Amino acid sequence: MNTHVKINQVETPDLSRRSFLVGAATAGLAFGYSALPDMLGADRAFAATSANFEPSVWYSIAPDGLVTITCGKADMGQHIASTMAQIICEELGADWRNMRVQLASNDPKFNDPVLGAQITGGSWSTMMNFDAMSRAGAAGRIALTEAAAASMGVPSGELVVRDSLISHSKSKKSMTFAEIVKSGKATKSFSSDELKAITLKTPDQYRLIGVSVPQLDIPSKTNGTAKYGIDVMLPGMVYGKVVTPPVRYGATVKSLDDSAAKKVPGFIKAITLDDKTGTTTGWVVAVANTYGNARKAADALKITYDDGPNAKASSQSLLDEAKRLQGLDDSGQFFVKNGDPAAAFGTAAKVMEAEYTTNINIHAPMEPMNATAEFKGDILHIYSGNQFATRSGAIAAGAAGIDPKYVVMHQMWLGGGFGRRLDADMMVPAVQAAKAVGKPVKVIYSRENDMTMDFSRPLTYQKVKAGLDGDGKLVAMSHDVVSAWPTARWGIPDFLTPSVDKKGPLDSFTVNGADFFYTVPNHHVRAIKNELAHNATPSGQLRSVAPGWTFWAVESMIDELAYAAGKDPAQFRVDLLDGKGDNAGGAQRLRNTLLAAMGLAGYGTRQLPKGEGMGVACVSSQERKTASWTACVAHVAVAPSGEVKVKKLTVATDVGTQVHPDNIRAQVEGAALWGLSLAMYEKATLKDGGIEQTNFDSYTPLRMSQVPEVAISVIANGEPATGVGEPAVTVIAPALGNAIFNACGARVRALPITAEAVKAAMKA
Amino acid sequence: MATLNINGRNMSVEAASDTPLLWAIREQLQMTGTKFGCGAGLCGACTVHVNGEAVRSCQTMVGDVAGKKITTIEGLSAKGDHPLQKAWITEQVPQCGYCQSGQIMQAASLLAKNNNPTKEEVVEHMDGNLCRCMTYSRIQKAIMRAASEMRTASNTSSDRRAT
Repeated sequence: MNTHVKINQVETPDLSRRSFLVGAATAGLAFGYSALPDMLGADRAFAATSANFEPSVWYSIAPDGLVTITCGKADMGQHIASTMAQIICEELGADWRNMRVQLASNDPKFNDPVLGAQITGGSWSTMMNFDAMSRAGAAGRIALTEAAAASMGVPSGELVVRDSLISHSKSKKSMTFAEIVKSGKATKSFSSDELKAITLKTPDQYRLIGVSVPQLDIPSKTNGTAKYGIDVMLPGMVYGKVVTPPVRYGATVKSLDDSAAKKVPGFIKAITLDDKTGTTTGWVVAVANTYGNARKAADALKITYDDGPNAKASSQSLLDEAKRLQGLDDSGQFFVKNGDPAAAFGTAAKVMEAEYTTNINIHAPMEPMNATAEFKGDILHIYSGNQFATRSGAIAAGAAGIDPKYVVMHQMWLGGGFGRRLDADMMVPAVQAAKAVGKPVKVIYSRENDMTMDFSRPLTYQKVKAGLDGDGKLVAMSHDVVSAWPTARWGIPDFLTPSVDKKGPLDSFTVNGADFFYTVPNHHVRAIKNELAHNATPSGQLRSVAPGWTFWAVESMIDELAYAAGKDPAQFRVDLLDGKGDNAGGAQRLRNTLLAAMGLAGYGTRQLPKGEGMGVACVSSQERKTASWTACVAHVAVAPSGEVKVKKLTVATDVGTQVHPDNIRAQVEGAALWGLSLAMYEKATLKDGGIEQTNFDSYTPLRMSQVPEVAISVIANGEPATGVGEPAVTVIAPALGNAIFNACGARVRALPITAEAVKAAMKA
Repeated sequence: MATLNINGRNMSVEAASDTPLLWAIREQLQMTGTKFGCGAGLCGACTVHVNGEAVRSCQTMVGDVAGKKITTIEGLSAKGDHPLQKAWITEQVPQCGYCQSGQIMQAASLLAKNNNPTKEEVVEHMDGNLCRCMTYSRIQKAIMRAASEMRTASNTSSDRRAT
């Protein structure tokens, strides 16, 4: 699919071989890494303009004292730019009111220091950038302090840095950051060893980490001034509206008749995309002088299609295929292979088996997909809010037929991402239209385009078999996960995971979470690619990705097992989280988090009225190695009709270190409500190869009237900071399903949960 | 060519009378605070005021608003300091922020008529505005905060009311 996409190799920029420089630049004082530090002084390094010698400026201080951070992460509402500024500011000793942020281009010098690419997702950003940002801030403080010491004629060790002021108490001398920058004396380079040797602050010394400072981007989002991709205006720009085929993927345009479109005022051209990147199939873009006219022209086009190989695919056929694949002994690859579940089932006192499903889900960020493309000489400029500049730049280049190094991506604020803007489909029509009409083109999807051409959360089918011994102890589990493989679509081997049975790489972003922290001696997890679904519904990473379905299955089955063993479901989990072997540490943190949620919810402390119930779930999302520890107690009331009222969601999460407590709460609440929305209100379906839902009347995310009471407890125990954007999504559905069972004895195993399914399960 | 009165100024736009007001505002006048979300009146991202009433500008045609007073987020207050805008900052409401112009305009039309709404009245008035980041509880808090500030301001200027 991606044979025409040239991904510049993903490699970790080895900061250990680079020096950190502080030196004068045109706009003030610059702070960043350079590959060639020792031959030139730091000042000359930043002044140098040679293309092959350009240090990456992470932040700069202007002569007026304003500190500007360049953020290589996409900011889609998680306020990550502000968080990066906060981490730097802590060590730098700047006044928060002087901090500013700007968004980075796709230049590899702004790649994530751990991931080696510009990609925002996985709830990775804070945990993977904390150390590098802290050291960058500390190095800046040291350079400024030494310059101040020299100017004041006092030992630098006697200086105190606070709120952009460096002061010497004995002599009562002080200098502001602005004065030091203007003095032009701050210049220093740190070798990689020197940078590593810097002693960072300990948590008891923090003045800013752990403080809910005002987010830097919020004022612009209350007065209409924040600029999103859709707001880009270029001189001479025209507009494109895409016409997409009735099937999600695989169609080709047989004929295009633009005779009626030509009568639309302002119509310029209709272009059938020639998308060698395989990102889109059978798309046409109508270009006109205004978006309104582009829409009219698009509506006037007469297009016939060959609907291609997926024209018969439906949600039912994808599910049928998943069941068929799961039934085959040699399907898929192993993600976990511990012990021998088959043998253990043979000797188990009780064996249980269940199927869990989730339907297709659509990202539907409020800002519809859009991109603006402009060719300037040899350079292709793309303006679009995007989460994966490294790959998206390559897709844009593929659409233009040029090398990715000639593509400049201009990052914008994202009007919602949730994983949708990891993809670059919107750039293909913009690039090919701009090329065809010789003008900058802004392409804006209609909501209908956006919904029907989403890189959706895939339909999933999971089968879980588990065995209890005579004491009611879980001794074996086999777990098969069948889905489209969203990450395999990227064509980047580094993002795939070797299978433990050496049958080639698997997409761990379909099974993460299934490698949980419960101690189960015989445990198999199989990742099975549903090729039909993969082709018919190219899938993407939707907020929380695999743990959004794996924990639906695992945490529902654990509950079923607890009841089968005659144990309290929460206590059953606590017993399984014994911290033995590889689970040491993580299991105890998850246990503690579960207990915290139980305490906050008053779990088991009182008799609930008839028809009400509480359910628990606990998760180690997103990945085993990057887990945040999250637990939920859901409290529901179920009517005899099967109607479920969610009375309260209590969520506890262990994030190690809190950079911004208020933002963590905002993210956890948003994530929990996403979890609720996916569990109860959002469902997309495939029919005749096409997504049936086209707008917010048929695809219905949570609205204000559906918001229950949400209580959040954040545990900060001094461990390294973990991510918070996604994990709470994954804990809600199983907690709800378990609460419904507790309330009325109905076990639901399909998402979204419907009143009909609950009622049917009551009778069963 | 039509003349629109937007934020107290008469502006001429080159747009057919069946052009949605949304696109005239965004493209012709390049006032991009008003957002496109669904094009069908289902999400509220494009909310503006016409003669003080909150309307969906994607469903309002240029030809229907000639001579009427149109207010967008850019014109809600002189310095971005409407009580709602201040409350939105105090409560740190926005995440991605894309829907928030529409949320604020929708809320402003409620508080203009009723500066002491109940929670139920707020929910009913705001239920047509989607927020995909799910900032709903902060939106509610901010509306209550702004209402309180507006009541305090009106109390000090005129009547006294029981607290």
